[in-house]
Amino acid sequence: MSTIEASPEVGHDEHGHDHDHPPFLAHHFDTPEQQFDSGKLGIWLFLVTEVLFFSGMFCAYAIFRALRPEVFEGCSQFLNTKLGAINTGVLLFSSLTMAWAVRCSQLEQHKGLVGTLAATLSCAMIFLGVKAIEYSHKFGMGLLPAGLFFYDPSNPHPTEHPPYLAYICAPFAVALVGVLCWLVFSAVAGKKFQFAVAKPLSVVCLCFFVGVGLGMVLESGEESADHVDTHADPNGLATAPVMLEVEKAAAAEAAPAIAASGAQVSVDEGVLEILATDPTNVGVKSGLNALEQQTAAAGTSTVTGDGEILGAITTTEVDVMTPTTAGVFFSIYYCMTGIHAIHILAGIGVLVWLLVRAVRQDFNRQYFGPVDYVGLYWHLVDLIWIYLFPLLYLIR
Amino acid sequence: MSAGSLPSGSQVKDPGYPTPSENYLTNSKGVLSWIFTLDHKRIGVMYLIGVTAAFAIAGLLALLIRLHLFQPDGMIFQGEEANNYYNQVFTLHGAIMVFLFIIPSVPAALGNFLVPVMLGAKDVAFPRLNLCSFYLWVFGALFFVSALCASGLDTGWTFYTPYSTTTDSSVILATSGAFILGFSSIFTGLNFIVTINTMRPPGMTWFRMPLFLWATYATSIIQVLATPVLGITLLLLIAERTMHIGIFDPEYNGDPVTFQHFFWFYSHPAVYIMILPAFGVISDLISVHSHKRIFGYRFIAYSSIAIALLGFLVWGHHMFTAGMSSLTTIIFSALTFTVSVPSAIKVFNWLATMYKGSISLTTPMCYALSFIFLFTIGGLTGLHLGTLATDMHLHDTYFVVAHFHYVMVGGTLVAFLGGVFHWWPKMFGKMYSEAGGRLSALLVFAGFNLTFLPQFILGSRGMPRRYATYDPEFAALHQMSTWGSMLLGFGLLVALIVLLRSLKSGKRAPANPWGGATLEWECTSPPPFYNFERAPAVGDPYDFSDLEWEADNERYVKVEPAREIVPETQPEKEPAHAEDSK
Amino acid sequence: MSAHAHSDDGHSADGHDFAHPMSVQTLLAVFFALTFLTVITVAQASFDFGAFEVATVMFIATVKAVLVMAFFMHMLADKPFNAIIFIGSFVFVGLFVIFTLGDSLMTSHSFEPKVEELAPAVAEPTITTVDGAP
Repeated sequence: MSTIEASPEVGHDEHGHDHDHPPFLAHHFDTPEQQFDSGKLGIWLFLVTEVLFFSGMFCAYAIFRALRPEVFEGCSQFLNTKLGAINTGVLLFSSLTMAWAVRCSQLEQHKGLVGTLAATLSCAMIFLGVKAIEYSHKFGMGLLPAGLFFYDPSNPHPTEHPPYLAYICAPFAVALVGVLCWLVFSAVAGKKFQFAVAKPLSVVCLCFFVGVGLGMVLESGEESADHVDTHADPNGLATAPVMLEVEKAAAAEAAPAIAASGAQVSVDEGVLEILATDPTNVGVKSGLNALEQQTAAAGTSTVTGDGEILGAITTTEVDVMTPTTAGVFFSIYYCMTGIHAIHILAGIGVLVWLLVRAVRQDFNRQYFGPVDYVGLYWHLVDLIWIYLFPLLYLIR
Repeated sequence: MSAGSLPSGSQVKDPGYPTPSENYLTNSKGVLSWIFTLDHKRIGVMYLIGVTAAFAIAGLLALLIRLHLFQPDGMIFQGEEANNYYNQVFTLHGAIMVFLFIIPSVPAALGNFLVPVMLGAKDVAFPRLNLCSFYLWVFGALFFVSALCASGLDTGWTFYTPYSTTTDSSVILATSGAFILGFSSIFTGLNFIVTINTMRPPGMTWFRMPLFLWATYATSIIQVLATPVLGITLLLLIAERTMHIGIFDPEYNGDPVTFQHFFWFYSHPAVYIMILPAFGVISDLISVHSHKRIFGYRFIAYSSIAIALLGFLVWGHHMFTAGMSSLTTIIFSALTFTVSVPSAIKVFNWLATMYKGSISLTTPMCYALSFIFLFTIGGLTGLHLGTLATDMHLHDTYFVVAHFHYVMVGGTLVAFLGGVFHWWPKMFGKMYSEAGGRLSALLVFAGFNLTFLPQFILGSRGMPRRYATYDPEFAALHQMSTWGSMLLGFGLLVALIVLLRSLKSGKRAPANPWGGATLEWECTSPPPFYNFERAPAVGDPYDFSDLEWEADNERYVKVEPAREIVPETQPEKEPAHAEDSK
Repeated sequence: MSAHAHSDDGHSADGHDFAHPMSVQTLLAVFFALTFLTVITVAQASFDFGAFEVATVMFIATVKAVLVMAFFMHMLADKPFNAIIFIGSFVFVGLFVIFTLGDSLMTSHSFEPKVEELAPAVAEPTITTVDGAP
């Protein structure tokens, strides 16, 4: 290649030297198609990272569900299927409007684009509104991750707890008030562009509270149904009658085996006790303690007699709803849905950005990439929910 | 290739030197023009400075560790808290080296500078994302280092539960830092994949790409696929500490081995994030400085991808003693051996490239040669650790320490230095002192072996890692290792001084000082801010036949037979080759 | 990469438009199919399929996912490479989940407190701690 001549006037203007570059085409791309392909590959790769990101939680879910199916079955009853189903429908609809928005941007239907984007945003807000009801309801009942879990089957609805719903709604209320003020201000000041942005956004913010209302109606319906169930089945929650039978049989079979091994264990105990006196052997000491507790537990269940076995079953049944067992279901539930909700929030952020640009009519058939990319992201969020819904809400 | 004058009557192609207004280092001035730059070359230089600073900090900590181990009872840290200090220092050393230096060293610093230039492109596909990824690195680094320093994190860089969920030190801050650094890594990888896929110039097919790009591509695949899993692992760890979600914490019925699975699903592929770009650098260095076409181009290219994919199948070999089921350990052990195949393919191809090449023992080549030696030792000792029975004995001993230092330092660091010496003239337009550079390579090689060879022996004799004190029987070997580390440190210092001195007083670098045939040698040194005005003509990246040494200007130039518009001699009636075919 | 044709102005008149708008009918049809499948999923939950339950649920979810990917995400009209990398990511998810799940199923029996396994659960921790004591 020959020596490139210096042209200082070009030096400071990176966009100036290509007159065939349309304004939306970045300087380092040759054609709009190359730019679009790059962006598309980029967003697909980003979606790959998202899939791998969520895979960690799906893996944790699989492990603990495989280990403790009864805990998952029992705890899933606390999730309101109606709310989950409604949210699934809302997200699917938002996916439809998003795909429609991509179509509008490709066909340069600017009004349609604004409308479909606003519809997508509204659905996202309804989803979050319903989620707010679900979360606040569970917070109130103490159905929380293992470390914070305080659910008490005898008193499932403690009356005094912080107003969680208000806390969750507060930022959205602030946003709603802010957008409404902006709407009024832009209308009064005659700023057409700002008014055109604020109008759909105020509808969007309002939709959060539509979601909250929808959730409340459905939740209260479920509530009364719950109470009926409780009257019908005195055990209340987790354990199905079939399981009781199984447990009974298992306990009866295990009894002699435990007695035998208990004797075996006691031989080793003497040695271990000596080891445990050494202060460094904390592990041995705690192992011994556990051993003692377990032999004690085994002792109670070895006593034959129907009454005693029933007692043992009630303890296992309560076990399902203790922090260490039930907590893990709710941990996974909150992690999965919480991170999903964070993705919804992020999606709302970029959709608002798109909405502003759509009002500005930035997109055309050569440059609709951003709408397409955000659309792909939004569909992925929907895709994850498609799996989350049956895995969390529909365990029977 | 030949030292001498150019063949007469030939045309010389050389881009010459950039003017200050073209030079990417000087085309715009002021700190702001660097802070907000979207130029991949400037971002690469900023990364280079950043990773060097991180390396200096972590290297000093390493010296501290070695000095402490000079005496069986510990020399540096004294008093009741001595062992805690030791734990904190080795955590800090490991964490900074891994997250702040080795992972971004070659891909982010050299990769940012080289990928678009090697492609003949103007920039990476997403320049703003690139800058964002650099600032995420800076932000993550600050977060990370301040968290590590503030509360004396002592979990080791692996954050194993249950210790990391019970210790009082600021695990949350450190993991958030690592989380942010992970995003930086993901964005860089994503950017490179897209750049290599969509921005290759006409004529550059996949198999006309320089091998450095293949290695970068393979690395980027790992970054995109593995790093998100680290992200979710660290998030779950944070949730475990704040809310006790009971996934990893045995106190709440969680499973600590699950944490190790999660962690190593990222961190074993991350080992290949560290070493694959080094392979790419070495492939280019060996070929250019042997002035011979790379041997087995396709095998090297495919083996990079193979390593990247196989790397996802072997994470369990970090956990042989952690309580995995025996079936899983056997599967992981068998899969581990498969990784050695593509690695060996590379080593043999490098050796075959050098065979009968005309090797110039320049500084980069010295580093490349020591890389091959050290990496081979590192790789082969890996087989001991992948074997179940021997791993039971060697796990968590100095043997492991020596093994991964041979791969990470002897491999990645040496290749990084080789790469920096190789592309330094291109990056800054200055030639460094060859004698100084070679001396540094020798010192690094000698110091490194003196440091880590004794550790193999220590480990096989049963010296466990991460201990602040040891039995006196190990003292002699530990002292050898400490002396070696000081020599290694001195060698690295020499390298730094040689490079920095060249900026002040080095000779102006020609466009092609080594005789490389890849595209970066076809633009000026340093490149203009736009790299290439139009996409350059793409040739074979390892065809050195038309490069000639021009002794007058101490540079290689592209030589083409003189072309005449109107040939003076009439062509023969029958072409010469028609004779042969008869 | 092939050379990109230079289009002269912003609006391509050269016929090589890379936008593939999806027809409204397709979009609506996909949406109704998805809604229908959701109703089926919810409905099947009230029947007891036993061990097949998870499989049924996951099958329906996967059908829905395929519909979303193929139509809403334009995978059918997209470059095959994009589809390959996205589908390929599930291979790695599979690897991760299968290995980790498989290992914890093989090792974690004792760490779930069950009445019938009380005796081994008692014996095991003592053995490991004795070995592990420094």
